[in-house]
Amino acid sequence: MILLLSVFEQGLIYAVMALGVYITYKILDFPDLTVDGSFPMGAAITAVLISRDLNPLITLPISFLAGALIGMLTGIIHVKLKVRDLLSGIIMMTALYTVNLRIVGKANLPIYNKPNIFDNELVNGIFPEALSAFSTVILIFIITMITKYLLDWYLHTKSGYMLRAVGDNETIVTSLGIDKGFVKIVGLSIANGLVSLSGCLFAQQQRYYDASFGTGTVVIGLASVIIGTSLFQKVTVLRVTSSVVIGSILYKACVALAIRMGLQSSDLKLVTAILFLLILVAGMDRKRKVKTDARA
Amino acid sequence: MLELKHINKYYNPGSVNELCLFQEFNLTIEDGQFVAIVGSNGSGKTSLLNIVCGSIDVDDGKILVNGTDITGKKDYVRHRRIGRVYQNPSKGTCPSMTILENMSIADNKGKPYGLAKGVKKSRIAYYRELLAQLNLGLEDKLHTQVGSLSGGQRQAVSLLMATMTSIDFLILDEHTAALDPKTAEIIMRLTDNIVQEKKVTTIMVTHNLRYAVEYGNRLIMMHEGKAIIDKAGAEKEKMDTEEIMKIFNQISVECGN
Repeated sequence: MILLLSVFEQGLIYAVMALGVYITYKILDFPDLTVDGSFPMGAAITAVLISRDLNPLITLPISFLAGALIGMLTGIIHVKLKVRDLLSGIIMMTALYTVNLRIVGKANLPIYNKPNIFDNELVNGIFPEALSAFSTVILIFIITMITKYLLDWYLHTKSGYMLRAVGDNETIVTSLGIDKGFVKIVGLSIANGLVSLSGCLFAQQQRYYDASFGTGTVVIGLASVIIGTSLFQKVTVLRVTSSVVIGSILYKACVALAIRMGLQSSDLKLVTAILFLLILVAGMDRKRKVKTDARA
Repeated sequence: MLELKHINKYYNPGSVNELCLFQEFNLTIEDGQFVAIVGSNGSGKTSLLNIVCGSIDVDDGKILVNGTDITGKKDYVRHRRIGRVYQNPSKGTCPSMTILENMSIADNKGKPYGLAKGVKKSRIAYYRELLAQLNLGLEDKLHTQVGSLSGGQRQAVSLLMATMTSIDFLILDEHTAALDPKTAEIIMRLTDNIVQEKKVTTIMVTHNLRYAVEYGNRLIMMHEGKAIIDKAGAEKEKMDTEEIMKIFNQISVECGN
């Protein structure tokens, strides 16, 4: 039961990050490694703010905005300085490692005995004693769904159409009189904003910050996106964003199962990597990607 | 009116591969003209379009639209007043978006792409009407992804999208070259209808000499960065395909093609 709860909690938190990866990888066709730095950055900012007794609610918008700023920088490095997409992400990811250490001042920061968005007077007042074990997962579910619906809404606005168009066919965006570079920067901002928001939720659920939070984030995100989009390809009732959320939960379940079967928690990253490889090999996505990369 | 004044363009300047494409090239296109440009490969046809659209920069010279200098303007800024259809049918549309979504983004050209709803419901009837004019049955496939349409259908949609808003020029870059002869014929006739109806100034690059003779009211043949034939109006009417073919063969022999 506790295992199942933690799968849902973490799966839904990582789903917010996966939605960001969905924007960069699937919509923009931009393999963005910045994610490995922007996820722990959201966590770092949140841990510091909470340890200074700020209202935990305020950590959500602050984390999102900080992530959006980082995404914007990645975009500027790629678009304005003309650095290749993969390298732009690597540069930002590496720089952010130091930035995150500077934000926190040390490699980890516990916030166990401080109130957070899942554990404060208001929440404890609303949820009766019997439901208190589920309060966190319910709150995470609500936040993830709001994020998902906001993203769905955005992708159907005029600006959202441009974002989809730029990953599809850059030429048409120019033909419509729009700066395609600007559209990419906007997309990367929103994506990294979501990733950082996910990091913020993660720090509050774990109740501490650790510098190693970020390692492998992009792999988890990609795996979730690929599981979601290839498993539910045929299901048209489901929005792609919903598939990504489900993909994220499924992926967490796979990892939890692997650990359950006797692996150590220190094996986590290896399990993550091998699972990702299996998913890539099983999914059709690999071929398309290799082909387009080879052409470029 | 479009004016190209004293255009100079070199490729690989300063190296042994230096290639002079345009030297002191001048061209004026009056409003309402439908110009067909022909010429062998490497004669500068497509480079000319790219220079007008801002896809490549010139080394020297000026590009004026209705008297305003646009030489330094970025390509996407110039495209706000230019409609362009490409040789590759997939370049003029977004394959993963539906016909309706494609029509909607084209309809919004020139206006800001903000947070308003992407598809305006009140415009759907109008899109249907436009699509119905194509006689391809696309008006009943509004929610079909453009990527699943045939090349000819996509090119027809591209044409509609390029001419939906008010533009100074329509640029057609060998837009029938990738289509089978029958479809090419349909698209060409459709193009002519749209150009006549909207009275839009049009520049069409084509490899099909017959189209160049049959359509449009001005014909230019490019060779080594120069316009070796430039006939408009009544003079153009008198020309026939054979005559142009003869000149075309002559210059091709010179080039050793």
